[in-house]
Amino acid sequence: MSNEAATHDHHADHKPPFFQRWFCSTNHKDIGTLYLAISMIAALVGGLMSWYIRLELAEPGIQFLDVENNGFQFYNVLVTAHGFIMVFFVVMPALIGGFGNWFVPLMIGAPDMAFPRMNNISFWLLVAGFILLLLSAVIGDGPGTGWTVYPPLSNSDFHPGPSVDFGILSLHVAGASSILGAINLIVTIFNMRAPGMTIHRMPLFVWSILITAFLLLLALPVLAGALTMLLTDRNFGTHFFDAGAGGDPVLWQHLFWFFGHPEVYIIILPAFGIISQVISTFSKKPIFGYLGMAYAMSAIGVVGFVVWAHHMFTVGFDVDTRAYFTVATMVIAVPTGIKIFSWLATMWGGSIKMEVPMLYALAFIFLFVVGGVTGITLANASADLVFHDTYFVVAHFHYVMAIAAILGMFCGFYYWIGKMCGNQYPRGLAKLQFWVFFIGVNVLFFPQHFSGLAGMPRRIPDYPDAYSGWNYVSSVGALITAVGTLLFFVVLWMTLRSKETVAANQWGEGATTLEWTVPSPAPFHTHEELPDMTGKAPAE
Amino acid sequence: MSSASEQSHPFHMVKPSKWPFVGAVGALVMACGGIYYMSEGSLVGFFAGLAIVLYTMFGWWKDVIAEGNNGVDHTETVRHGLRIGMVLFIVSEVMFFFAFFWAYFGASIPMLSRATTGIWPPEGIVPLETWDLPFLNTLILLTSGATVTYAHHAIQKGDHKRCATGLLLTVILGVIFTTTQAYEYAHATFTFDQDIYTSTFYLATGFHGFHVIVGTIFLAVCYFRTLKGHFTPEQHIGFEAAAWYWHFVDVVWLFLFVSVYWWGSFGYEG
Repeated sequence: MSNEAATHDHHADHKPPFFQRWFCSTNHKDIGTLYLAISMIAALVGGLMSWYIRLELAEPGIQFLDVENNGFQFYNVLVTAHGFIMVFFVVMPALIGGFGNWFVPLMIGAPDMAFPRMNNISFWLLVAGFILLLLSAVIGDGPGTGWTVYPPLSNSDFHPGPSVDFGILSLHVAGASSILGAINLIVTIFNMRAPGMTIHRMPLFVWSILITAFLLLLALPVLAGALTMLLTDRNFGTHFFDAGAGGDPVLWQHLFWFFGHPEVYIIILPAFGIISQVISTFSKKPIFGYLGMAYAMSAIGVVGFVVWAHHMFTVGFDVDTRAYFTVATMVIAVPTGIKIFSWLATMWGGSIKMEVPMLYALAFIFLFVVGGVTGITLANASADLVFHDTYFVVAHFHYVMAIAAILGMFCGFYYWIGKMCGNQYPRGLAKLQFWVFFIGVNVLFFPQHFSGLAGMPRRIPDYPDAYSGWNYVSSVGALITAVGTLLFFVVLWMTLRSKETVAANQWGEGATTLEWTVPSPAPFHTHEELPDMTGKAPAE
Repeated sequence: MSSASEQSHPFHMVKPSKWPFVGAVGALVMACGGIYYMSEGSLVGFFAGLAIVLYTMFGWWKDVIAEGNNGVDHTETVRHGLRIGMVLFIVSEVMFFFAFFWAYFGASIPMLSRATTGIWPPEGIVPLETWDLPFLNTLILLTSGATVTYAHHAIQKGDHKRCATGLLLTVILGVIFTTTQAYEYAHATFTFDQDIYTSTFYLATGFHGFHVIVGTIFLAVCYFRTLKGHFTPEQHIGFEAAAWYWHFVDVVWLFLFVSVYWWGSFGYEG
């Protein structure tokens, strides 16, 4: 390397040329940006699929599906791909890959992630997984299995052709990406905290990412094992899920949900972390019960591993098993309640500023409480036998892990976009976007509780006329939500083009974490001099 | 590369690298090639992807070894991070095997099994003789655990020669284990696709065998690095990672031996 280049290295904002910067990156901020970008692209793809589903369901009867031409299978493929894309390629990349990459090093006072190269392969494997998933949907008949991929529907008798195999390998590759990312985040948080930044002084967002990373590390390999068995069942004649040769289809459900339940906490915990930062910032108070908040998340993580069978109450468990999983599931309401009430207590007596991120945080609390309450309802094994596979379940999980998580993402976006790009978002339009989106998702999902209680089944493109009213309302909600989503991209575009820049700490004294001590936009390299946190109060 | 004296913190700021991108392309090609093989029967695409992946592994780890040897990048703090990372990777591997053991116990324990008739191994299966080759393999792997520890103690004392001897012995034992396992597969009376017994047996032991091969290669790399004098009593992260990985493989085998080979043949009445 020439002397000239070596001098340039000193400059914190020296960036490598285009191809090196975006394809060979070892910079946590650039990789975080890439994650956010793929998340937005995937959100458009997955969003369009749900948009099509809602249009089809707007009225009884078949509107758009080409029934002569395998249209029902196509509907199932849409449902499947929508679920996969939203879970693995929208929410996880944005919250963990995007904000986790950007802000964990900034918040703990580290110059980058622990393994910058591995960080990059996590991202590119995610891209490979996304390509495989799109291939799975367009090759052959597509996977009409639902995101749960239950055999026997997913075995080669009912899904011949390569589609399901593409789906399986997509999840394998995306899973490898997540496991490597999780290792990277844990090592970064354990090994690279600035002097004096003890575990009990870390911002709650960092806590949330740490716990999420552990859940990923322990849950995803189990899915990988299950997927491997499904792959060999489909292609190499094994009998893991084949009751005819001693295997057991319910084994798949156990393995899938042993991964799947922690997965829903993987999705929501980082949003919890963002909400904690935002509520504290805009109430101008440290978070109420910091340690309680941190260990409530840990408790959610631990208990989250022993409740999986509440997703499969209908498979014929004995009464003891049902009683156990009902009770264990309800126990999760305790740490979750700690979080909700601590957020409320943080705001109590605070000097509250209704900036856009704060609006999102408040909306998040509302949505999460609604979804949490229906969760308690569904936790009852005896009640769940009736609710199972109805739109009540659809409404429940969209409230908690879909729209609450998406609102958490928007919350993080508005909170940190100034730090990421240095520009101010258009305040008025952002508020409008919030209200349109918030009203939209509620009109979209709240009526689904009613149609679900009335017995409307999931994953069916047609329904009796009796369900038409609430379905119509729900589809109108989808229209409003679509407008809200488009408005977000307008806001994004205007923010990036904006001439109005923001200060290093745009939120004032309520924002106490370390990312607000570096300039906006954050230079290419930050914390090259490690900040000294010795003797300081907890960041939150 | 900017030298450590210019840097006020002990962390390794890695230069941009093409390997992650190339490796991910390799994984994509390998996945598509694998699916093409499963539906059409040609392995060309799979091997093309595998070649890219292996090329990536070679180039990437070559870079890592160079960084480890330049005396600058791998500070004690960085080495600590690498150790935690390896432990976490092994934890994720444990959870991978957890799924296969779940399948195995779910099928074999009568109380849990939903589909078998309470007889394990299922009728018609002639299990392998526990105290024959499987037990020999247990002894071989346990011995290899001892030889790798011998090598570890040697490197901690800076004794490259003994370390190399210990590693070479370990690699040889690993190869013998894999060979024995292949022999056993070739002479088993049942095949992968027969029933739930054979499916769990071959997938669990097969994945373990794959891990043995990976561990053997890992140790072989360490053997050559020892000969080249890469390791010092203070700094031998590559060796430590290989040794930990080997012990992990060893422990998985003990579980397999006890539950699949030994306990799993109790119900066989000849």
